[in-house]
Amino acid sequence: MKIVRGAKGHRITSRLATVTVGILAGSLALSACSSTATTSASGGSSSQPVGVSLILKTLSNPYFVSMEKDAKTEAAKDNVTLTVAAGNQDGDTQTQISAIDNAISRGDKGILITENGDAVNTELGKARAAGLFVIALDTVPTPASTVDITYGTDNEAAGKLIGQYTAAKLAGQKAVIAMLDLFNNQVVSVDIARDHGFLEGMGIDPGSTTQNGQEAKSGKYTGGTGGDYVIACHQPTTGAIPGGKTAMENCLSANPNINVVYTINEPAADGANQALKAAAKTGVTIVTIDGSCNYINGLLKDGTIAADSAQYPGKMASVGVKTISDIARGGAKPTLPAGQDFINTGTALITSQPIAGITSQTPATAAGACWGS
Amino acid sequence: MSQPVLEAQGLVKTFGPVVGLAGVDIQLFPGEVLAVIGDNGAGKSTLIKCLSGAMVPDSGTIKVDGQVVSFSSTQQAREAGIETVYQTLAVAPALDIASNLFLARERRRKGLLGSVLRMLDTPGMKRDSKKYIDDLGITTLQNISQSVETLSGGQRQAVAVARAAAFGGKVVILDEPTAALGVRETGQVLRLIRGLRERGLAIILISHNMPNVFEVADRILIQRLGHNAGVITPQTHTPAEAVAIMTGAVTLADDGDTSTASG
Amino acid sequence: MMRVAEPETAEEVLGQRNTVGRRVHAVLHRMPALSPLIVLVAACVGFGLANPRFYLAGNLSIVLQQASIVGALAVGQTLVILTAGVDLSIGAVMVLSSLVMAKLVKDSAVPGPIALLIGLAVAVLAGVVNGLLVTRVKLPPFIVTLGTLSIFTAATLIYAQGQTISLPPNTFLTWTGSAIAIGDFHLTVGVIMMLVLYAVFAYALRQTAWGKHLYATGDDPEASRLAGVRTNRVLLSAYIVAGAVIGIGAWILVGRINGADPNAGFNTNLESITAVVIGGTSLFGGRGAVVGSLIGALIVQVFDNGLALAGVDPNYQVLAVGVLVLLAVGADQWIRSVKA
Repeated sequence: MKIVRGAKGHRITSRLATVTVGILAGSLALSACSSTATTSASGGSSSQPVGVSLILKTLSNPYFVSMEKDAKTEAAKDNVTLTVAAGNQDGDTQTQISAIDNAISRGDKGILITENGDAVNTELGKARAAGLFVIALDTVPTPASTVDITYGTDNEAAGKLIGQYTAAKLAGQKAVIAMLDLFNNQVVSVDIARDHGFLEGMGIDPGSTTQNGQEAKSGKYTGGTGGDYVIACHQPTTGAIPGGKTAMENCLSANPNINVVYTINEPAADGANQALKAAAKTGVTIVTIDGSCNYINGLLKDGTIAADSAQYPGKMASVGVKTISDIARGGAKPTLPAGQDFINTGTALITSQPIAGITSQTPATAAGACWGS
Repeated sequence: MSQPVLEAQGLVKTFGPVVGLAGVDIQLFPGEVLAVIGDNGAGKSTLIKCLSGAMVPDSGTIKVDGQVVSFSSTQQAREAGIETVYQTLAVAPALDIASNLFLARERRRKGLLGSVLRMLDTPGMKRDSKKYIDDLGITTLQNISQSVETLSGGQRQAVAVARAAAFGGKVVILDEPTAALGVRETGQVLRLIRGLRERGLAIILISHNMPNVFEVADRILIQRLGHNAGVITPQTHTPAEAVAIMTGAVTLADDGDTSTASG
Repeated sequence: MMRVAEPETAEEVLGQRNTVGRRVHAVLHRMPALSPLIVLVAACVGFGLANPRFYLAGNLSIVLQQASIVGALAVGQTLVILTAGVDLSIGAVMVLSSLVMAKLVKDSAVPGPIALLIGLAVAVLAGVVNGLLVTRVKLPPFIVTLGTLSIFTAATLIYAQGQTISLPPNTFLTWTGSAIAIGDFHLTVGVIMMLVLYAVFAYALRQTAWGKHLYATGDDPEASRLAGVRTNRVLLSAYIVAGAVIGIGAWILVGRINGADPNAGFNTNLESITAVVIGGTSLFGGRGAVVGSLIGALIVQVFDNGLALAGVDPNYQVLAVGVLVLLAVGADQWIRSVKA
């Protein structure tokens, strides 16, 4: 009697298919259920409420939760019926696609979406064909024409602000710079934009528009009162604390004279700071971008992080709600500024050590508009 | 004749509508080689699996040394003294000879090292492995620390047989031991089988190879379509007659021979 | 599996026996961790030449610290890979476990040791889930851990709500980050824990019956089963023990970053597999020494650190690791190709 064998002797039975489906179904059930909540408006400018769908990446990240919060506030002001949906996790495009279809069936006037992936683009096309105004939040989709308009942070401008601050703070000193980027194995627009923005703010030519690490390794920076600079290293951090720590450790080993650290985001700055502390290295200027309440009230307030450019995800959502409400009531569609494929929702420099000539907010002020909790 | 060391009566095993064994008897005496032959589907493998504990028969009795036993696992059959050398040999290629000999039966060191730290008595096992192999008269395995995959087919067969002989108290079952071997190595395995017989073990040999069977077997049990077709000996019948009985061209009674058929 | 052997004459066999290739092959066959060790030594020499700062005690200390997390995880991954499986969820489980520990202490004022035990329990439970799906439901480990990876990643995001957690140094949970000075070297408790893990499992895998059964099950599960090894139990135990190791890895992580970060596990799944593969353990199971995974983890960190010190473009770090993996797998294939 022969037994059918697959590779490595495992018995392949027809149970496999049934059980795989069961496991996948179970895993979807175990993850958070996608939440669909409807906020009705009271009062407002016209009698007929306007339906808007807010479709987020996930609800387990305070960045997107702040979008939900501000969108709801704006919806109440504008007589908008807001329906909120979110993927079960980062990358879940299926739930988003269903939410888009629901928006069309419901007769919503517009959709605000933070895409989990390009798989939603076809559905967005259907929505636009059905007359909905589609707005992307935070990240410009590929291609930008998938949506009617994008509201997001100008990451390059955010980088420039911290670069200018750093140059001013150096006041002519030599800058030994550590660049702690996001990845070294993929190219992501936010990574390039923030890195290059910082260099431009410092008055250093990034040397490329598409890649990090292409600037001249030494030379003169023209920001502030100008001076000499050396790029000590570019290291990836994956945007997390351990990555930031490892990157900073390697950079410090390569060049113990580092006095400026650019970091892609706050957790990376956190990790870099821990490495500096462990090496008992003082007098280092750490700058970053994000503006979360967690870090504004923490490392930024006590000066460990010298400067932080804030993002306003809540503003992206609330402006989006207002835009759709206005268009549905006969207003004009927003236009893109020349040369950009998104509308900038703004950024501001936050620091607890202000410098004359550089506009900034204190952490206490910024805490009023920060995201997260 | 002495009491059979292994005896089964009326073994029945069905797989849904397919009949594997339709009431099979077998007797095995110590110090003999019993060959089991039969065409494909005759029930040889099924019979062996029931005897070695890999399968539970639907009905029928199995006795070891006169005591009725029932095996629900191969482990229980092993404990009763029945060892099986499978056609696939059941040796782990990456492990060395000593590790394979003692696989699932490893010995621990004496004292605290063994009980608390669970340390294996590797030198002891290597020593004993060498002894088992020497006792069987195997001279081609010089290095006990060699991994099994570096051995030839016949050498691996020798390792599997040595394992069965080392732990097999009473019965060793060999399933097609020479199927994939060349002439010289087949001769080595047959020599091993005779060595086991001389030590008083009882051997069941399943084989398609008529010349081998007639060379080494004392009695030959012929299976056909789930039934016993008869028991013959190399002295009373020729290979051609055995094949004829196997394929059903003749039945033992037709043959007119008065050799005892069991059951 | 049986190979049909061709009869060779004694002269042929003896003549082939002593070529250098055969000798090297035989040595590597017995000690699979030797080739990665040679690579590690060569890398250290090379990077030291490129920038002598590589040899500073401070630098070597941080390389060890950087390797401590993936190094610890690689022990668990080695166990699973030795059984011819793979655990793709290992990084997610580590992060979840670290978050549970840190959050319990920070937000719920749970005492450190209890928070640690609960975190360990979470990791062991993950191992039980993986192990049962592989042994009872008989799904391939790749698919099982791919599924549980999603589940644990989602659980982590929901539990953490995207927030990092910060703990004070030198408390019970962050003790693994405190450094012990040995001359100019700074070894963290985490590094020492990782080394202890390797010592324990090197012993367990070579000197106990459990270890033998693990190797046998990975090498040839059917043969092991027929020989009497309880292969299902062995497989399940591999995943559960790996879970416990992951929990220890989580503790080391909390000490290293003084807290927890839900995004910490981004690359860790693949990094642990890379360390095991570079270290000479075969993805097909049954072959390898756990110490090789330590060497593999060190090699990856040495390359990252050495290339950074040499001022090389970070993209080349990725290239270097890729080449290393291919070389390691190629070497493994060559070592496994034994003629009977």
